[in-house]
Amino acid sequence: MSFRPDHELHRRRFSRNLGLGLTLVAFVMLVFALTVVKVTRGDPMQAFDHVARPELEPAATGGAQP
Amino acid sequence: MSDTQAYQQSGEAQFGDYVALLKPRVMSLVVFTALVGLLVAPVAVHPVVGFASILFIALGAGASGALNMWWDADIDAVMTRTRSRPVPAGKVQPGEALGLGLALSGIAIVMLALAANLFAAGLLAFTIFFYAVVYSMWLKRLTPQNIVIGGAAGAFPPMIGWAVATGGVSIESALMFGLIFMWTPPHFWALALFMKGDYHTAGVPMLTVTHGRRETRRQILIYTVLLAPVSIWSALTSIGGPFTLATAVVLNAIFLKGAYDIWKRAEETAEGDKYAVEKKVFKFSLAYLFLHFAAFLIEALLKAYGLGGWV
Repeated sequence: MSFRPDHELHRRRFSRNLGLGLTLVAFVMLVFALTVVKVTRGDPMQAFDHVARPELEPAATGGAQP
Repeated sequence: MSDTQAYQQSGEAQFGDYVALLKPRVMSLVVFTALVGLLVAPVAVHPVVGFASILFIALGAGASGALNMWWDADIDAVMTRTRSRPVPAGKVQPGEALGLGLALSGIAIVMLALAANLFAAGLLAFTIFFYAVVYSMWLKRLTPQNIVIGGAAGAFPPMIGWAVATGGVSIESALMFGLIFMWTPPHFWALALFMKGDYHTAGVPMLTVTHGRRETRRQILIYTVLLAPVSIWSALTSIGGPFTLATAVVLNAIFLKGAYDIWKRAEETAEGDKYAVEKKVFKFSLAYLFLHFAAFLIEALLKAYGLGGWV
């Protein structure tokens, strides 16, 4: 079985695809690392989620604390 | 139409061409100054958060570079120095450069907000807007002071780095901004004196063309004189110390001597020795900025061992 040698065009396309692929993998790893750091440090992780979350409200002055 | 015909007709970019759109050499200065801004700040940042923040600041700077290359493709095509850039060379379509610039700007700003804080992200957004719109689109072709305005965009990264750590601005970060802002004009005008570029053909008002080379020499001296107090002041703040002050004094003395030599020289003398002094000052200006920011970093290191800083 014989293969035709790649035209330069295909090499350029491969370089684009490989570059973009590696960039996306690196981005996913970075977001994962950031998430791990932020969760383990206990940064505020909750936000508005269409459901009432009293614990996200600033504590009222003199009010009962949970 | 086969693939190979399409390539011959429209050009086909490889990954490196898109990387070239982000002006990697400018990015390296952004990374270094932003990193110093982040590390000398009084608040410690987790290494992963710091790394991600610097990466997204650099990405934002790269995005503004792509937007600049999209807008300035007509100028770049005329000038020898920039003719081989991806857009004028036909490797990347102007629309692609615009798309890449806008998409990366959005990603960089949102990710910096998530990794660090909203204030740093807002500063990055303003920097991109300032470089792409205020400098590239508006003032670059309008005024010979374009270098001064462009310098402001290049001066923001240490301020953003500081904001990543502290969430705000302070006199220290403003002085780091001032340092790059005042340094840019003498740096670029020294280059403009010996790189007799084709700005005139491209329709960009360069000071050397609009006001003459004599005036450019005078402006180099003026900005270098104004740079010195900003530099010394920065060495007297909380990011400075005896080591930074000594470095700043030496660096400014050499830069001032160079600017004075440039100012004093007649054009004929400069042509005679092929702009030896101008070239020397330009090279030194690069070392000036690098060493000045390195001094802030070393001072911070010394402080960690109880040696540096003002008591």
